[in-house]
Amino acid sequence: MAELIGKDFTPPDIFGKVTGRARYAEDFRRDGMLFCRLLLSPMPHARVRSIDASAALAMPGVVEILLPDDVPEQPGPANNILTYEPHFVGEPILAIAAVDETTAHNAIQAIKLDLEPLDFCVDPLRSLRPGGPNARTDGNTIVPREGIREIKWSQADFDEAGTHLPMGQPGEEWAYGDIDAGFAESALVLEESFVTASTSHHSMEPRSAFAYWENGKCYLHASSQSQALTLPGAAEYIGVEPENLVFIAEYCGGGFGSKGSAYPVMSIPAHMSRKVGGRPVMMRISRAEEYFLGSARPGFQGRLKMGFRTDGRLLAVDLYIVQENGPNQGFGDLGSAASAVSIVYTPVNMRYRGIAILTNTPPRGAQRGPGQNQMHTAMEPLIDKAARELGLDQVAIRRINAPTHESGYGGSQGPISSAYLREALDMGAEQFGWAERRARSGQREGSKVRGVGVGQAFHSAGSNGFDGLVRITPDGRLHIHTGVGNLGTYSYASTSRVAAEVLGYDWANCEIHRGDSSRGLPWNNGQFGSNTSFTMTRTNYAAGMDALQKLKEIAALELGGSSRDYDVANEVVFQRANPSRRITYAQAATAAIELGGRYSGREVPDDINAMTRRSVEQLAGSGLVGVARDNLERRGTVPALAAGFVEIELDVETGRYEILDYLGVADCGVVLHPQSLATQIRGGGVMGFGMAGAERHVYDPRWGLPGSVGLHQAKPPSYLDVPSEMGWAAVDQADPENPVGVKGIGEPLMGCAGAALLCAISDALGGFYFNRTPVVADMIINAIAGRSQSHRPLQVNTQ
Amino acid sequence: MSDSDLSGFGPAGTTRGLPTAMAAAQAPEIILADARSTSWSRRDFIKGIVASGATVAGLSYFGAGCTTPLPAQTAGGVERLISLDVNGQTRRVDVLPGETLAMTLRYKLGLTGTKLGCDRAECGACTVLIGGVTHYSCSTLTHRVRGREITTVEGLAGPNGELHPVQQAFVAELSPQCGFCTPGQVMAAVALLDRNPNPTREEARVAMSGNLCRCGAYHNYLDGVMRAAREA
Repeated sequence: MAELIGKDFTPPDIFGKVTGRARYAEDFRRDGMLFCRLLLSPMPHARVRSIDASAALAMPGVVEILLPDDVPEQPGPANNILTYEPHFVGEPILAIAAVDETTAHNAIQAIKLDLEPLDFCVDPLRSLRPGGPNARTDGNTIVPREGIREIKWSQADFDEAGTHLPMGQPGEEWAYGDIDAGFAESALVLEESFVTASTSHHSMEPRSAFAYWENGKCYLHASSQSQALTLPGAAEYIGVEPENLVFIAEYCGGGFGSKGSAYPVMSIPAHMSRKVGGRPVMMRISRAEEYFLGSARPGFQGRLKMGFRTDGRLLAVDLYIVQENGPNQGFGDLGSAASAVSIVYTPVNMRYRGIAILTNTPPRGAQRGPGQNQMHTAMEPLIDKAARELGLDQVAIRRINAPTHESGYGGSQGPISSAYLREALDMGAEQFGWAERRARSGQREGSKVRGVGVGQAFHSAGSNGFDGLVRITPDGRLHIHTGVGNLGTYSYASTSRVAAEVLGYDWANCEIHRGDSSRGLPWNNGQFGSNTSFTMTRTNYAAGMDALQKLKEIAALELGGSSRDYDVANEVVFQRANPSRRITYAQAATAAIELGGRYSGREVPDDINAMTRRSVEQLAGSGLVGVARDNLERRGTVPALAAGFVEIELDVETGRYEILDYLGVADCGVVLHPQSLATQIRGGGVMGFGMAGAERHVYDPRWGLPGSVGLHQAKPPSYLDVPSEMGWAAVDQADPENPVGVKGIGEPLMGCAGAALLCAISDALGGFYFNRTPVVADMIINAIAGRSQSHRPLQVNTQ
Repeated sequence: MSDSDLSGFGPAGTTRGLPTAMAAAQAPEIILADARSTSWSRRDFIKGIVASGATVAGLSYFGAGCTTPLPAQTAGGVERLISLDVNGQTRRVDVLPGETLAMTLRYKLGLTGTKLGCDRAECGACTVLIGGVTHYSCSTLTHRVRGREITTVEGLAGPNGELHPVQQAFVAELSPQCGFCTPGQVMAAVALLDRNPNPTREEARVAMSGNLCRCGAYHNYLDGVMRAAREA
């Protein structure tokens, strides 16, 4: 065997990154290229009364205008491409193309736009009040499987709640067990309300896009986490058959969920280009625009009732979440949050209720750990509060509630593939020196006080049913075609190595084809949801096994006997009984071309996707083709689990803290690529610290205007906000539902770190719990001084 | 406005979920004016830009094929055709008075390794060296750096194309993730090691702090800087 699993290697795309040769969407040029700029809504909700573009279109160098009429209408509540009824500040209304960007910009400025302001809402609870404003003219909530509805709670609902979250009619709910019985048995019942802020993704590459048409095909360069999965959606936005869209996304400058699948704005240059006869159109998106239309994590207002046994076992949970949904479809964070509670803390009895309330703020989408990470940053400090009241160690209370392989997931309590969170806690506690550090917690030195925290998080981390595609060419090389995308985790490469592993290939003789749909790529899942490592190792295993079987069959045809008589080593197929009877992979590839049929891709399996079929047709005859759908067994949810450990030193005079040390521990199955796992654990940790301590979207409640439209306002962490060294570890236990034992991991690595930091802050403060993210310095100072906070309970859009 | 008028617009947002009559009453008025019927010939267009001098930069976005004679100076008296010293080469380039170095590098000199992450001096993706010192090229006017030694990420490789020690170290430490901030991180590290070949990790952390990385790869970038210092 090649023994590539668990080994470090140099991913081929890294050279482009360090030399500047890597080309992102805005790095492409073509003769005759036009620039387009967008006219964005200055109001949170309005209807266009009139647009006077006459002066703009008369300007020298202005070439074309693209109006909402020119693009496919997106049925509500989908995100629009262009619209006459913008639902958030910064929603695109129209685009102008000109010979240079300055002219396009000036033309946008010259447009006279008359808007009729409509009701808007930036606070979910306001919309839920009787007579409160609706974010859309047709309602204020989206009910699963029903669509847009109006739900208002009664004044009594609000009156009864006091400072807690009111709990009126939900939009969705589930339950298992008997929570009343669970609470009745409990030695300690905590009931808490909490708020988590909405946050931007801050991808370093704004979602600029570039497109042109040639010979009936649309060529689109876009910033995309995913490759194959994005193509059909992008084709639909553009209004072109998928086979006539060439989608190029070789590099993606960060997405974190916001570029996981097709998004409407990427189609604008393609529409504009079609309108100007195919001429290339570059659309640069600015940083401020990225804050408007670059998606965001929904904030939560929640209420959590927990019942504990004296040993810390969680007997009952009653959870209610109000999700700030943005104006459109949004994302299912709230339900995912509830399911995360069910698997990380395995409450014996649980009820979940939730409602997604529409707001005139950026459309929400997935952001690393969507729902789970809000939930864990809210709940983990409250687990600590319970531990404090029960006199338990913070790690111990998590251990007793940690999942086993038999634990259930979500409302249906469906099966999972494997869970090693308890092992991660134990490994982390030992490596971090938890007991010693905990003993120094609360120690004062001058104005500095120590605090320690442990945090946990979950995300489902695997999918199945996608296709694998490999080729062995007559020069003997292995070509691995992958359609997964390149988010920056290098997992496109590490998962491709599984095909090489199956075939016993020297990695130096392998080549990865990706990043451009014209390169013959298979149908693969998107690079999101921590799924790549699990999903793509399966597809590449399936394709590798198909190629292996074909190698043996070709050897049997050439040399006699049955395929079962043959084995492979050193890129040679040989007869087990007589190893001198052998052919090289290169010879087998030549034979495959001569044999044709399924050996060379002239025939394909019936169950592969149409995209894979087209790619195989394109590659057919070029070598031995291994192609297969991943039909391997998968029984349940694949849990990615993580634990983080933090020690801080908090200055009680300034409210500032320094993170002294961090250790992240992953349960990601077998470690596929140690070096990239380390970077994910650390990078996820950095993002978690930002979520816990700094980042937030802010909207002015009076005018609905955004207050966070720059990096300095929205505050993603810098070098100076995080430790310069961060530790990592992995339990490295195989998942039984993956052929090489691998699970994904990207998302919980953020939540566990954010949760651990919040726990450490509360620990340093002797058990003061903020029930809110982010926790910023003035909140800490208020807590130390015994003053009330400057925000009201449950208030959103706070500093 | 009648229904037949509406059909010409077929507006997306306004008709959704609204009764037709109401939508018709609220369909937006779109004035594109007769500018659309004015056909701007290439001749008119070039005459226009020669007269105004306002949009020549646009033409030069399309590469070196700008055949239009340039005025020696703009109305404001700034010489437009200037020489820049970029990566050891003298490059003649037509630069507008308000043009940033990042735009000149990316759109006129084909040096797209310099990235634009924010275009407002917040993120550092556009970091280049001017006289060996890090600058945010998004917030540097090109006219201000005439005659100065400008180094971009494309200018670091050795004569035979071998990677700079910082680039080699970033590969060895798997420092980049998405890679968009990487050219800026490389330039910041190069500038640091040029003036301080043996920095402490803390000195490196401070020196690199003008460069944001949303992937949070700070640890691995610092590992790269320290490795480059050891191995250079």
